[in-house]
Order: sequence, then C-alpha cells, then structure tokens
Amino acid sequence: MYASIKSFASSFFVTGDPLIYGADVSIVLTSIAVLFVLFYFKKWGWLWREWLTTVDHKKIGIMYLFASLLMLFRGGVDALLMRTQLALPNVQFLQADHYNAVFTTHGTIMILFMAMPMMFGLFNMVVPLQIGARDVAYPFLNSVSFWLFFFGAMLFNLSFVIGGSPDAGWLSYPPLSEMSGSPGVGENFYIWGIQISGIGSLATGINFIVTILKMRAPGMKFMKMPMFTWSVFSSSIIIIFAFPILTVTLALLFIDRYMGGHLFTMDGGGFPMMYINLIWMWGHPEVYIVVLPAFGIFSEIVATFSRKRIFGYKSMVFALLSISILSFFTWVHHFFTMGSGADVNVAFAIATMAIGIPTGAKVFNWLFTMFRGRIRLEQPMMWTLAFIPCFVVGGATGVMLAVAPADYQYHNSYFLIAHFHQVLIGGVVFGYLAGIYYWWPKLFGFKLNERLGKYAFWLWNIGFYVCFMPQYALGFMGMTRRVYTYGWDMGWGPLNLVSTIGAFLMGIGFVFQVWQILYSVKYGERDTTGDPWNARTLEWSIPSPPPMYNFAVVPVVDERDSFWEDKERRDFAPAPPVPVSKLESIHMPKNSGVPIIFAACWFIAGFGFVFDWKWMAFSGLAGVGISLLVRSFTYDTDYYVPLEEVIETEKAAGRAV
Amino acid sequence: MSQHPAGAADHGHGHHDEHENHGSLKAYVIGFILSIVLTVIPLLVVFQTNMSKNGIIITIVTMAVIQLLVQLLFFMHIREGEGPKYNVMTLILGLFIVVVIVASSVWIMSFNSVVQ
Repeated sequence: MYASIKSFASSFFVTGDPLIYGADVSIVLTSIAVLFVLFYFKKWGWLWREWLTTVDHKKIGIMYLFASLLMLFRGGVDALLMRTQLALPNVQFLQADHYNAVFTTHGTIMILFMAMPMMFGLFNMVVPLQIGARDVAYPFLNSVSFWLFFFGAMLFNLSFVIGGSPDAGWLSYPPLSEMSGSPGVGENFYIWGIQISGIGSLATGINFIVTILKMRAPGMKFMKMPMFTWSVFSSSIIIIFAFPILTVTLALLFIDRYMGGHLFTMDGGGFPMMYINLIWMWGHPEVYIVVLPAFGIFSEIVATFSRKRIFGYKSMVFALLSISILSFFTWVHHFFTMGSGADVNVAFAIATMAIGIPTGAKVFNWLFTMFRGRIRLEQPMMWTLAFIPCFVVGGATGVMLAVAPADYQYHNSYFLIAHFHQVLIGGVVFGYLAGIYYWWPKLFGFKLNERLGKYAFWLWNIGFYVCFMPQYALGFMGMTRRVYTYGWDMGWGPLNLVSTIGAFLMGIGFVFQVWQILYSVKYGERDTTGDPWNARTLEWSIPSPPPMYNFAVVPVVDERDSFWEDKERRDFAPAPPVPVSKLESIHMPKNSGVPIIFAACWFIAGFGFVFDWKWMAFSGLAGVGISLLVRSFTYDTDYYVPLEEVIETEKAAGRAV
Repeated sequence: MSQHPAGAADHGHGHHDEHENHGSLKAYVIGFILSIVLTVIPLLVVFQTNMSKNGIIITIVTMAVIQLLVQLLFFMHIREGEGPKYNVMTLILGLFIVVVIVASSVWIMSFNSVVQ
C-alpha cells in the first residue's frame, strides 16, 4: 500500500528540482494564508456574494486584471530564469529539459493567460461605460467567460508541480507534441488549459460584438463611437473568426494523442505541416487581437492628454477594420522556410507588408493629434510616448522579416525574438499599462502614485532596450532561439550578459508597479470629480468608482466626444445635479453561482482527460451538462434596483437633488 | 437568448415589448431530426458501403453543407430580425474567410506533393 502510494506520488508530482520544491512550498504557504484570512475574518460569504458570483462587468474586469497581473508575474519569472541561464556561456542553472519547459510556459502564459485576460479586463472595465450601457449584452455569459479563463489558466499552471510542464514550444508543433515526442502529460495540460480558456475567449468576443452593436447610448451612431470601442469591435471580429480555428486544431492534436489518430504524425499518412498551417491561421490574427485594443487605448490617451480631438478619426476606423480583415491573409510568414514555393511566399510576403500601411497611418494620426496640442506628461501619456518609437522600430524589423528570401536568414534566430518582443512589449504591454494607469481612477477611485510610476516607467523602458537591442545583433551572429546554453567560442557572451541585465531591470520595474499599487491604495490621490484627467468620453461623466448600475440616467449622445463638447459648452463648470424626478428604478441582471461551478466542472473534466482518468473526466463533463440544464431552467435572472436605492446612491455621490 | 434574454440590461426601459418570436417547437424538432439524419448518412456511407474514396468525400462534404443550412434555418433564425442585415454581412464575411482558409491551405500544402 505504502509502496504503491509512493510510486504514484513520484510520478504524479514533479520531483527532483529545488526550484520546483520551492514552488511547492510557496503554493502551500500562500493557500494556507488565503484560507486563514478568509476563515479568520469570516469573509467567505462576502467573497461568494460580491466577487465569485458577480455578473457586474466592472468586477469581472477587475478580476481579469488581477489574474493577468499574477500571470505576468509567473511569465516574468520564467523569462528571468531563461535570461539567468543564458547570461554567460556554459551556465549550469537550468537543465535542457527544464529550459524547454520554461520557454514553453513563458510563451503560452504571456500570450494566452496574460495578454488576453488583461485585454478582456480592459474590455470589461471600459466598454460598457464608454458607450453609456449598464452592463454587457450577456452578463451571465461574461461571468462564464471569466471563470473558464481562470480555471483554464489554473489547469495549465498546475502542470508546473503536478505531472510536468509542456515542453514542445508555445505552439506545440507536432511531431514533437505527439505521443512519440512527448509521452508525458505536459502536452495534455497544454491542450486542455487552452481549450477551456479558449471557449471563454470566444464567448467574450461574441459578447462584446453584441454589446457594441446593440447597447450603445441613444444617438451614438457608429461614427460617433469612441476609438477604444472601435478597436474592441475590430478585435472581437477577429476573435470570433480566429478562435474556432485554434479550438479545432488543438482538438485534432488531442485526437492524435488520446485516440491514436494520425492527423499530424510522421507515419500513417500524417501531415505535421498542416498543424503549423492551421495553428498560425489562429496565431497570426491573435497578435492583432491583442494589439488592436492597445491602439484604441493610445488613441483615447493621445486625444485626452493633447486636449485635442483625435486626428483622422475616419482613417483610424478604416485602418482598424482593414487590419482586422488583412490579419487573416498573412499567416504563412511564420513559416516561409517550410518551402511552399516562391508563389505562396511572395503572396503572403506582400500581404504582410500591406498590413503595415494601415498601421503606419495610425502612427501618423497619433503624431498629428499631438501636433500643436497642449500635451500633459502624466503616466498614461508617458507610456504612449514610449510606445511610438518602440513600435516603429518593431514594425520596421517586422517588414524586414516579411521579405521572404531574407527571412531564410532571420528565421528562428534571436533577431526574430527581439522583433516580436518589441511589438508585443512595446505595443501590447505598454498599451495595456497605459490603459490601466488611465482607467484605474475610474474603477478604483484613486490615482496611482506618480513618483513610483515614473521609476517603474524608466526601469521598464531602459530595461527594454538594454534587453532586446543586443538580441537583434545576437540573431545576426547566429544565435538561434530555444538554445539552452552555448560555448565561450561562439562570442555571444557579452551581449547576452547585457540582455540579461535589461531583463532584470524590467523585473525591478514590475516590482515598483506592485509597490505603486499597494502604496496608492493607502496614499493615492483620491478622485472626487469622476473626471481626473479632464477627458473626453462618457465613462468620465459618472462618479469614480461608478455605481453598480453605471448610469442613473442613460446619456443621450449627439456628437463625437459628446462629454467633452458638453463640458466646453458649460465652460468646464461642474455638471448640474439631476433632479430626483428624472430617476427611475433600474433593471439589472442577478448574480449567479452557475458560471463558477460550470467552469470548475470543466476543470475537473480537463484534469481527468490529462491523466486519462475516465471516471473523473466523465463526471466533470456530467457536471458541465447539469450546470447548463440548471441555467436553462432558471427563469428568475433579473430584478429592479428600487428607486429609493438609486436616489440614495446618486445623492451620496452629489449627483442628484 | 431563449425566452428570457439573459438579463440584458436594457437601458432602463424595463419591459421587453418587442420580443421577437424565436421559432416553434415543431421547427426545432424538425431541425433536430434533420441534423441527426444528415450526420448518420456519412457514417453509414463510410462503414456500410463500398463507395470509392472520391464518392465518400463528396457525400461527406455535401451532407456537411446541407447540415450547415439546416442549422442556419432552424436554429440560428437566419430569416428573422429587422434593421441592418448584420447576420447576412457576418455570414458573407464568414464564408469569405472559410474559403480563404480552405483554398489557401490547399494551395500552401500542394507544394508538398510537388516535391515528394
């Protein structure tokens, strides 16, 4: 008995590496601390009622935000582990197999469990407020999406201590990811973690398309929508067309692994390159999914902090929508070296270069918005200004990579690594950080501390260039990606050391940001006006943090930036309070515990499939079915906020007389 | 999306007067049976007949396309709704992207058979 438990545990838990034992200990200690706090302060009821079952888009957005910051920490630690290993030649810090696992989880977590949820967090925190709605179109589905993401991410992260991490690269190329190359459970964790959170992503895309189409304030025609809303709309279009491809591709890989299929194997008529073709058909649009909302954020911030209307609104909209269509025509540039022939490569090289045109148009529009504007250098604007040169260099190296014959030289070298980090950090991360600094006071009612923010800003920016500029050179010197060590004779040592220093500077920048958040909770400048930046769009017309129903009176919009025009008309005097007679009871969705249970059942099913424990997989799936049935027969899903409560809330905020 | 629109916050107008009709039970049952039949036919063709490989592929693709139309007509309510024809626009875009995906995958992968 003891012997069988011991042999099970030694294969079930990951053993043998001090780093992983350290992680085990910290996971157990953190869990005990969290449980202790919840029991000691009797916070279970509060947690369940206010957060776990909420369908309020603002709270869901906040949960997305904190989950993604947690994932940024995990992905960042992975990055620092890799940089430590590569700092000098012949370092014995990580072994080859551990290094493989670390670069795999770094990539997957940063894209799917950091960038995507941070983006969905911003969608949720901002879009309904910006279009004058009281919630998203499907609040229940919104909660389902969040919990699917959350449990998908947990399942994926569990692989670090249980069963073993995936180690076939962030896109799990077969035949390496097939049973022949990866017989362990790591790839199963990869497939199920991404599948479960992927359903949630698809649902969020649908949710925001419908929200933007159907829930805009009266009078807000398409061409009067704020730029961020437009960018969410284009990003959601890409999501609903791209994510099904990912789901199908991973399902096919699962058939290969679980049922002995031969779709992508080397033998039995399999076609491994087809997987690469399919996965990039999702993978390339995916980078535009994450970057378009960042463009939208920059457009809002540039207009607000230059005190000018955005330059070239129509061309911005046209650029966003054409990028969302063009993004489906460029995927082959990820595998030019597959050798599909000159005609194929040329077609996709031209498509890739073409997508640089609308993107370039947007950069000029931001510059022209700033031209002769009254620029205020506050934190969101600083990140925006840092983004522009960074993204332009990233874009230029992207066009270099798009030249198919030259790509045979750059492919899979550190030049490529430097390029995509430059567009993803310079574009996506800077953009989302700018958005977080910008909308933080709206959601939490206080600004983030300026001084600590500036330290973080400069550490991130200097760290970024110190880290990634040497990597362009290393690429030309022949260093390929995914090597876990190299010899003194290669001559890569000095530049790698510089790069590692830069990575740690960014890590310190992140620590400053965590400190900044904690510090500002107590000492941050409180926002009593609801409009701390003197901004232009509707979300700033309501108190910070907004009441649960957002808008007591639904705003009527008659022009672009209508909140700003209103302010100008009354010469920036405070808005007059609303007479109580204009208020009414408000129709809102009820909280529900079904989404978290539904997603937890998916987690159980996924875990069962990972280890091929059929009893567990099928009981999880049964739970999924029961949750769906319970929801289908729940008719009591909405209620009215009583008029007295609305009046009381509005009076307390000084918004009603 | 069913009888109660998932508690969509509706700008405080309160009642859902313009409730669209979401099809009858009869339509759903017909759609369900047609979907099952259209799924069983390819299975029977593959397991129970000796049709040529091309014949099997053509049968499966035909049944899949009919199935798609059945889903659109009986479950997705493609004929209903007023105002701008969002669903038609979306379908055209979807169809376009499907064609791009399938046709260019064939094109990209065909080089493989040339070199072998």
